Amino acid sequence: MKLRPAIGIVALVIALVAAQLVLRAMDKEYCLTQLTMAIYYAIVVIGLCFIMGYAGQVSLGHGAFFAIGGYTTAVLTTYDFSRFEAAAWGRALKQAHVFVVRQDMYGSDVLNAAPWAAFVTAMAATLVIAVLIGYPALRLKGHYLTMATLGFGLIVYKIILGSTLTGTTDGIVGVPAWSFGTVAAISGKSAARVQNYYIACGIALLVLVLLRNLVRSRVGRALRAIHDHETAANAMGINTARYKLKAFVASALLAALAGVLLTHYTGGVNPSEAGAMKSVRYVALAAAGGTTNLWGAAVVSIVLNFLSLRGWFGSYDNAVFGALLIAIVSLAPEGPLKPLGLLLRRFSGRWLAGGRSNDGAA
Amino acid sequence: MALLEVDTVRRSFGGVVAVDRVSFRVDQGQIKAIIGPNGAGKTSLFNIISGLLKPESGRVRFKGQDIGGRKPYQIARAGLARTFQNPSLFLQISVLENVMVGQHCRTRSEFAGCCLKTPGQRREERAMRDSALARIDYVGLADRAAAPAGALAFGQRRMVELARALATEPDLLLLDEPASGLNMSETDELGQLIEKIRDSGVTVLLVEHDMSLVMNISDEILVLDNGATIAEGSPLAIQNDPNVIAVYLGSDFKHASASQKS
Repeated sequence: MKLRPAIGIVALVIALVAAQLVLRAMDKEYCLTQLTMAIYYAIVVIGLCFIMGYAGQVSLGHGAFFAIGGYTTAVLTTYDFSRFEAAAWGRALKQAHVFVVRQDMYGSDVLNAAPWAAFVTAMAATLVIAVLIGYPALRLKGHYLTMATLGFGLIVYKIILGSTLTGTTDGIVGVPAWSFGTVAAISGKSAARVQNYYIACGIALLVLVLLRNLVRSRVGRALRAIHDHETAANAMGINTARYKLKAFVASALLAALAGVLLTHYTGGVNPSEAGAMKSVRYVALAAAGGTTNLWGAAVVSIVLNFLSLRGWFGSYDNAVFGALLIAIVSLAPEGPLKPLGLLLRRFSGRWLAGGRSNDGAA
Repeated sequence: MALLEVDTVRRSFGGVVAVDRVSFRVDQGQIKAIIGPNGAGKTSLFNIISGLLKPESGRVRFKGQDIGGRKPYQIARAGLARTFQNPSLFLQISVLENVMVGQHCRTRSEFAGCCLKTPGQRREERAMRDSALARIDYVGLADRAAAPAGALAFGQRRMVELARALATEPDLLLLDEPASGLNMSETDELGQLIEKIRDSGVTVLLVEHDMSLVMNISDEILVLDNGATIAEGSPLAIQNDPNVIAVYLGSDFKHASASQKS
């Protein structure tokens, strides 16, 4: 009970460090950029895996939540607020370091929102929107929830595509790095590549551990109970509507978090992030990892997104993920890693027998 | 003192009146049974009391408070737990976890605490696990605690459901046909368990078809037919009630009472 999660974490940490060292040895450290991006996308996938596997909610709106995070950050950190500097609130925000002066790509001074302020705004906006979408949508069940989130995603995509504030089809570029003092910064500079790789790893691992704690707790049990038998869960004293909404919002917030981070990392965001195909891709990856397997979803998602970002799938990119979803749904609805996981568990159960007996009747 | 008061409750589905102005009360410390032929409205009445159905008219008072129209989870929190006619366990999770879900409304760790595994959350989790294991032991399934609920036999599922309902720490326990699907020895054990539960201070209201069980353990019996009350009283009074004999018990009842005497 105590050992198993530690083994999972240690294995993943070793794999991530090994990936960096191998790429360095092969003189292909530039690949870390795509790996870092894949890790940020994996945060969306594990958040989605959480609601799909443990709460039974299939959302096709996670691309939109990612985009809401990314675009909020991109707009606020690139929009020139200097015209409001004369106003009292503009001055106040500048004094509070919510607005900061920086130089844009052409070397002229602009007044933008600080990354942390943009982050807070992005999270708050996502919270509000996820509640507004989730509250009515979660009264629907099964496919209807999926359809509602798909509709929401399409609307967000169209708004982003049509609005000059979000740069229409071009998206937004020139998003500044997010610096934490002089110690670290989320930025796409090639000098900071290795550092950023480890920052992404750290954040993804943290999310993974927190979610894992969550699903194995009172809240996680309540969600699985709702998923299994909603009426009985309600009759056992669980406020089912509230829990479903909270899980949905938490998952949406993770998607937005990934959007914020990746936008700082790549220095921009474009409308394809909000596209329906992106949402389908997240669902396919969560399913491919095994929907009740957060680790599996993380690993599968990192590997496949990395290959996709390296251009392995060429012009068949979207088709690969579509085909993957079809294959998973028809061949292995519980995820291809399930048989493998059972094998591993049996194997590890043997030499962890001591730790495991605490698991059952103590 | 009346723990539960049902006052002229009515509910219909389309043109069919499932529960027709039924009134009764359950006193603290009783075992009370509701009997009646299939379609008499027993389960509908249970669903109204536990909040799954809204009454069209009439009132349900629990511990003096009107609970008619409240949500099931609010009623469970108020101290009224139930089991279902078809055991409704959470089949994907273990027996232990099923019973721990029952403790949900008596515990408080939320999203943040659970993510961060705060000391308070760990303490609560340990306490939940211990008391859930104790309740599983109470219904005689200690060796099955780690099994997935879906792997249990039917009779065992009923017992887990009972343990789960007890985990909500109820003052009143509603059992919907707890003996259906059980064999005779399991039914005997169930009868003893229900009496043990009553003796521990939990009032019991049950719907049951097994007449020997009902007659053996009940303090009072309510008889429904076509949604309406046709008799109410002690097991002895019910056995001798001409209405009941005519409408419902018929010759079966004589077998039951004969086997009870022997």
